[in-house]
Amino acid sequence: MKRVGIEVSAAIAEAAKLARVEVISAYPITPQTHIVERLAELVADGELEAVYMNVESEHSALSACVGAAAAGARTFTSTSAQGLELMHEILFIASSLRLPIVMVLVNRALSAPLSIWCDHSDVMAARDCGWIMLFCENGQEAVDSVIMAYRIAEDRRVLLPVMVNIDGFTLSHVIEPVEFPEQELVDSFLPPYNPLFTLNPERPVTMGAYGMPEIYTEAKYAQEMAIKGSKAVVKEVMEEFGRVFGRRYNIIETYNLDGAESAFFALGTINENIKTAIDALREKGKNIGLISLRLFRPFPSEELIEILKNLKRLMVIERAMPQGAENTPLFNEISSLAFHNRLEIQLENYIAGLGGRDVDPQEFITIATNPFQKDGKMNYKVIGVRG
Amino acid sequence: MKIYKTLERYTEKPDAEYIASGHRACQGCAEVLALRLAFKVLGKNTILAMATGCMEIISTPLPLTCWRLPWIHVAFENAAAVASGIESAIRILRQKGKIPDVPINVVGIAGDGGTSDIGLQALSGALERGHRMIYICLDNEAYMNTGIQRSSATPYGAFTTTSPPGKKSIGQSTWKKDMPKIAAAHNIPYVATACPSYPFDFLNKVKKATMVNGPAYLHVLSVCPTGWRIPSELAIEYGRLAVRSGFFPLYEVENGVFRLTYKPESLIPVKEYMKGQGRFRHLTEKEITEIQERINKEWERLLRLCEATKP
Repeated sequence: MKRVGIEVSAAIAEAAKLARVEVISAYPITPQTHIVERLAELVADGELEAVYMNVESEHSALSACVGAAAAGARTFTSTSAQGLELMHEILFIASSLRLPIVMVLVNRALSAPLSIWCDHSDVMAARDCGWIMLFCENGQEAVDSVIMAYRIAEDRRVLLPVMVNIDGFTLSHVIEPVEFPEQELVDSFLPPYNPLFTLNPERPVTMGAYGMPEIYTEAKYAQEMAIKGSKAVVKEVMEEFGRVFGRRYNIIETYNLDGAESAFFALGTINENIKTAIDALREKGKNIGLISLRLFRPFPSEELIEILKNLKRLMVIERAMPQGAENTPLFNEISSLAFHNRLEIQLENYIAGLGGRDVDPQEFITIATNPFQKDGKMNYKVIGVRG
Repeated sequence: MKIYKTLERYTEKPDAEYIASGHRACQGCAEVLALRLAFKVLGKNTILAMATGCMEIISTPLPLTCWRLPWIHVAFENAAAVASGIESAIRILRQKGKIPDVPINVVGIAGDGGTSDIGLQALSGALERGHRMIYICLDNEAYMNTGIQRSSATPYGAFTTTSPPGKKSIGQSTWKKDMPKIAAAHNIPYVATACPSYPFDFLNKVKKATMVNGPAYLHVLSVCPTGWRIPSELAIEYGRLAVRSGFFPLYEVENGVFRLTYKPESLIPVKEYMKGQGRFRHLTEKEITEIQERINKEWERLLRLCEATKP
């Protein structure tokens, strides 16, 4: 196993190469571009035996992945923000057709105003499209998640597309030490894509038929059972990944949670700043921890309940601004869990880090040491908003 | 290129049917006839990517299907993008030895709306990328699947539910978008117009499309008795009138060379074609004369293009 300093985007491209992707279809959008640029180079240099499709839009990028996956190829795409929105229609179709496409979503704020910087408004707007969603905090996780994503997606108990989320710039453009596994080891962990059905003239199948009211509900129900059932496979794959590669992952990651009374709850790179705040708070004797999700869809409800049972206070940090909603997407999930399971926990909702805004660890210290104040008429407090 | 005169000489199995009977097409539907004929040429080793539209709805009510070929429907505007993904997958899988090294026809199919309106961008991208695929536009000159709304392929003056004639409207107020020439402007190896009313001309063009190295675009006039407001038994007849009047000329563009594949000795008046069609019933003599003048000009222009590009 070699350990190198590398830009995380380039590392992700190397991970796709290790996964032996066969069709790459992508449209340039910041901050995703470095990933597919590197993949284009790998294909151009003959280092990766694949077709690189320069499509004319993200809509076609995902459409081409659907066609290629249906024909039996291992496919990869990557996008950000508006690109994901342009794919939105096809996101549903890719999951409903049960195609194991892997996409790296480099998280970026949505227009308007135009912003190329990171937040989670893109992924949150696509959270119910039927994709399995993983989140990463660092480059190593991103590399390992891409390899795990194919193993999960192509498992015949799953057959669903997987979205690997990494934060724009704060992760995509940083240089980090990353360990790359040997190709032989990846090959043993990730066998070639062997689909149940393909668009094969020897054995014709019809894909994407239309459903009358008599059958549509059943089709969607079956799909829901598949994504709910995928959680067990995700756990299994993470466990096996740990055995094979020595790096262990969990669907929920925690930091300093043993015996903690309160905790932060957040996704992505913002966790690094929260951890710094937690270290400082711990020195002051405050027993506080962090919960983050590596697996966001399907939502790991049962596992979270077990963790939340032991807590008195949870501070949900969301990097997306809902418009006209009761609360933020993450908070809605958590409060629904708390209500239906009669958890006695104080839930607080904060919005922070929109459109690439830095959130200093001091902000989290302030949140942790001050009781929740309603922000005007909102049920959540927006951190750092200037009047 | 060999010009086939009879269907028997056309395919390995002329009796083969790749779209099963029992589908839900309207009586007299020329679209389904066009496809039925086309598949006889394309044969078994064909994969179809189809846009949302009449052909998708009539053929695949889950869990039933009419398709004896591998078939996929994804969305309305992306048949070309999906087909290009399929073609790319087949190329790499064949290169890696994962699938047998036999020629496969990858075919994208969409209606005039899915081609000249919402699907134009995806089609343009796929043509530009040079995939070895055949794209068939089934042009019935409106959104018939959703109930006869105008598209950019609807002829000037025609009634549709979203281009209704009235005190201040002639009906469709724009001229039919010239999709075959837009396709040809991508400098792809083969573009042709066709109509199942001229089956052997059509079949030859499908055959040619399978033989070129790169994208081929076929624009097929598909008479729609329901939307055109004509008796269903006259679909073939109206296809002939469209061609003979110059309303829909049959030509092909092979590597930039334009050639008429059917040249009537003289064009019949467009009035012969338009009369009897409910969608043109409201037009006055003066308006029909204006349309005639425009058709004449277009026809002359096409003849000049054929002359100018002669090798």
